[in-house]
Amino acid sequence: MKKTKNIPYSEITPKSDYLNRRAFMTGAAALGVAGLLDSRQSMADATKMQTVKSPLSTSGLTPTSYKDITSYNNFYEFGVEKDNPAQNAGKMKTRPWKVTVDGLVKQKKTVSIEELLSFKPIEERVYRHRCVEAWSMVVPWAGYSLSELINWAEPLPKAKYVQFLSLEDASVMPGLREINLNWPYSEGLRMDEAMHPLTLLTFGLYGEVLPNQDGAPVRVVIPWKYGFKSAKSIVKIHFTSDQPRTAWNDMAPQEYGFYSNVNPNVDHPRWSQKSERRIGAPIFSQRQPTLMFNGYGDQVASLYNGMDLKKNF
Amino acid sequence: MNKRAIVALKFAVWLVCLAPLALLVYRGFTNNLGPDPTATVTHATGFATLRLLVISLAITPLRRLSPRLSWLVRFRRLLGLFAFFYGCLHLLTYLWLYSGFNVSAMVDDIAKRRYIMAGMAAWLLLVPLAATSTNWSIRKLGGKRWQALHRLAYVSAICGVIHYWWIVKSGVRTPITITLILAVLLLARVVWSVRQRATRQAGVVTAG
Repeated sequence: MKKTKNIPYSEITPKSDYLNRRAFMTGAAALGVAGLLDSRQSMADATKMQTVKSPLSTSGLTPTSYKDITSYNNFYEFGVEKDNPAQNAGKMKTRPWKVTVDGLVKQKKTVSIEELLSFKPIEERVYRHRCVEAWSMVVPWAGYSLSELINWAEPLPKAKYVQFLSLEDASVMPGLREINLNWPYSEGLRMDEAMHPLTLLTFGLYGEVLPNQDGAPVRVVIPWKYGFKSAKSIVKIHFTSDQPRTAWNDMAPQEYGFYSNVNPNVDHPRWSQKSERRIGAPIFSQRQPTLMFNGYGDQVASLYNGMDLKKNF
Repeated sequence: MNKRAIVALKFAVWLVCLAPLALLVYRGFTNNLGPDPTATVTHATGFATLRLLVISLAITPLRRLSPRLSWLVRFRRLLGLFAFFYGCLHLLTYLWLYSGFNVSAMVDDIAKRRYIMAGMAAWLLLVPLAATSTNWSIRKLGGKRWQALHRLAYVSAICGVIHYWWIVKSGVRTPITITLILAVLLLARVVWSVRQRATRQAGVVTAG
């Protein structure tokens, strides 16, 4: 893989915007009270990433706090409760890490996480994140468009879908025995969805490498789809001609469709999708309306022209 | 158990039963309800309802284990009413934080969502029980009829457990513990009533 040129300093996102807490940390450490600041510890342990600005980032949004993004997670490999991933994911080893690209490609390839990280400039992309459970966040992700990797992978013309397979390692993932999902976790996209510039191959958030509970070391983020479509801790990217199996669709096809686009007009069979609870907001102002395609309709609605979105939910 | 011990224990039960609410209020005032405060309040009140209901249903089977445990019955009403109290708070979180008191949205929602229907049924079944929880009601209805009516507590708990299963994601098995406890309590009643009948029949035969 070719290395990227050095990024001009002027393009690097100013960290001070959201990292004032770092200054606070330094001050606190100087006073010898760093040990009291456990909640900030994960932030201090994280490694910085160089990011560049992107026109594909959503403007006008206030990101959810780093603490909430990294302590309120659905990552069932590490347990079903929201705080389980933050408690349990630390044992997962993210180095060395390799991603295999296979299926309908010119040639099967394996790539290391270091190569992936240096392949293209890492962009900061602030996206809305809407969970199928009717809660939402705003996350400043760091990564580059998945299309860059797909172009490099050289899929054959027959390839119509991409499947993502996540790590399955029972020695560090207590959730594998707790929940009878069809492991390893798998997700998938139609090729045009995967090639869409908004679909992000993601390595970090808040300008830091991804914490394990958020899907380290590499995941995808598809901002106009429910969160479970955005597979975490990916070890394999598989190109197919037929619609691939996906974990939640296997479990309950009537509840979790292959497309799972955010859609306030199509309710989950058991609850409404018309509105959502914004994570981190005060209790009486948490609720807000859910937007069609999670607010990305201008960019992605054309992917679904002529499709009945009630049927293809 | 002497009177003083009962009074002291009742006081302790009050404290324990009020603890979930006190904790929520404290967390609310200290701005510490977690990333998803609506869910925190909903889960806390829901769990308190179901747990207290199941504990109140454990009183009778436990009491039957030994005559020395007969004093337990004096806590049943208190526990049952606290279950109803948390059930009301749980319902309020739905009416307020989920529906914003929008009646038409609510009617639409209840008709479509079976988990809300099950939860609503569980709460509605508790209403007549709370209303007839006084000694006056027991006298007025007569022991037998009152007892028959209050067996609805089991139906309510079953609805509550179904409500729980229907809201968790498919494949998630967290409601299993409370389901098993409730099943054991129900089974204990069935076993007891079968044995009672057998004893009575044996009595009849001997007498004949």
